Amino acid sequence: MSSVLGLRCRECDRQFPAEALHVCDFCFGPLEVSYDYDAIAAVTSRASIEAGPRTMWRYHSLLPVGNETPVSLGAGFTPLVRAERLGAELGLKDLWLKDDTANPTGSFKDRVVSVALTKARQLGFKVAACASTGNLANSVAAHAARAGMASVVLIPSNLEKAKVMMTTVYGGQVIAVDGNYDDVNRLCAELTSERPSWAFVNVNVRSYYAEGSKTLAFEIAEQLGWQVPDHVVVPIASGSQLTKIAKGFSELATVGLVDGDGSLRISGAQAQGCSPVATAFNKNIDAIAPVKPDTIAKSLAIGNPADGYYALAAIKNSGGGCGSVTDGEIIDAIKLLARTEGIFAETAGGVTVATLAQLAQRGVIDLNEKTVAIISGHGLKTVEALTGHVDPNHTIPATLDAFDAAVGFDDPLFN
Amino acid sequence: MPIIVRVPTQLRQLTAGVGEITLEAQTVGEALTALDVQYPGFGERLFDDAGALRRFVNVFLADEDVRFLEGLATPTPENSVISIVPAVAGGSI
Ligand SMILES: Cc1ncc(COP(=O)(O)O)c(C=O)c1O
Ligand SMILES: [Zn+2]
Repeated sequence: MSSVLGLRCRECDRQFPAEALHVCDFCFGPLEVSYDYDAIAAVTSRASIEAGPRTMWRYHSLLPVGNETPVSLGAGFTPLVRAERLGAELGLKDLWLKDDTANPTGSFKDRVVSVALTKARQLGFKVAACASTGNLANSVAAHAARAGMASVVLIPSNLEKAKVMMTTVYGGQVIAVDGNYDDVNRLCAELTSERPSWAFVNVNVRSYYAEGSKTLAFEIAEQLGWQVPDHVVVPIASGSQLTKIAKGFSELATVGLVDGDGSLRISGAQAQGCSPVATAFNKNIDAIAPVKPDTIAKSLAIGNPADGYYALAAIKNSGGGCGSVTDGEIIDAIKLLARTEGIFAETAGGVTVATLAQLAQRGVIDLNEKTVAIISGHGLKTVEALTGHVDPNHTIPATLDAFDAAVGFDDPLFN
Repeated sequence: MPIIVRVPTQLRQLTAGVGEITLEAQTVGEALTALDVQYPGFGERLFDDAGALRRFVNVFLADEDVRFLEGLATPTPENSVISIVPAVAGGSI
């Protein structure tokens, strides 16, 4: 049983079979999975979902893989936490954080990769490949190991050390390419035609891959008691995650799991050193001018975002905003989030929290709105960014005297 | 004025395999329209129903995306080179 009708061109509506295709051969538009929502609604209820596994696969019927057994490390169903202290700092009265640092390889990419490799296996692929800004690499290598598939991962050679190690440890092929992500991605697109027997997660199975991000929307709604929030703030690299979060909320309404998503607003977050979508938003133009990234937020350093146009449209149609923040603001936001909520995020999370602050200050986010910020990756992945910013307060010999000298009784800790 | 249009592999079935076409045109729009006259079928591949350039078809004048020049109205001086380039297949993550 499958509720997948096929693939459909987002631009010209031509229909294609549900195979490893990603581009319309007529107009070059991206292909999108289309579903029979009546069939989904017939087998899906709040109760059936609540009885499912405590992973993203509780939403199996809304994902494009039929009855295939998932390739899963347990991604998803991550905590949605009320953030009162961070909210108080930012003047937001009803702030929530979707803590996707809690995923198996530490980022939301586990959601999309779990879907991509499940589909790849269903389509008969034995090799999983991708181009990555780091988190996707970690996740593809890990899920391929889990599935017993071979993996080939291409990364820019200047990636953070942890992201490289968290990929190489799984024993697949890891190829560091001299160049930025956009160069790596171009090579990967060329390779896709040369190696048709490989599943390139971000190319020939991208239409399926991207669907995994819908589960962020599904979980947020379920964790709020089957309610759509007023505002969601999402980091943007390629723009896929933001676009699919919008699709996820609207599907919930379509299949009758929530009462409607009409008042939801979606805002985007970028680093100033790579803000093609925020720039187009602010200039109020539709075309997105590619940029050469220069930011510590390497996971978001995509200068030519494939889904940038759709992310921009989702933001505008919902009445949201789009902000961009400096490297300094990113670091401050990582520390603020850690200090107020006990969550250590990577630079992408810093971008989201700093942009959240900016949008709140500019009045784009109303202080009473039920607002959810997506914290998409774990801080251990990008410790380099904090070097020199979070040192120990004192380094002392192991004596009481030295301790008292360093932390005296007049220290506020004791009052 | 004679100018050159570079045709990507994906569209060369329309030109019997030819990759570079020399045409007369004053603007990018004129050049693409002339291409459709010479090789029928180009129009529907490059333009949507409203006559706008399709979103995933990029057209460069020398190295500059014409969306950031004057679009289809961008003038094409003698010996200009126009390249039609589909957006990177599948794009980035
Ligand atoms: C941690 C993290 N957050 C957000 C994103 C943005 O995702 P998208 O490319 O879907 O916009 C990425 C992408 O690499 C990422 O690694
Ligand atoms: Zn199409």
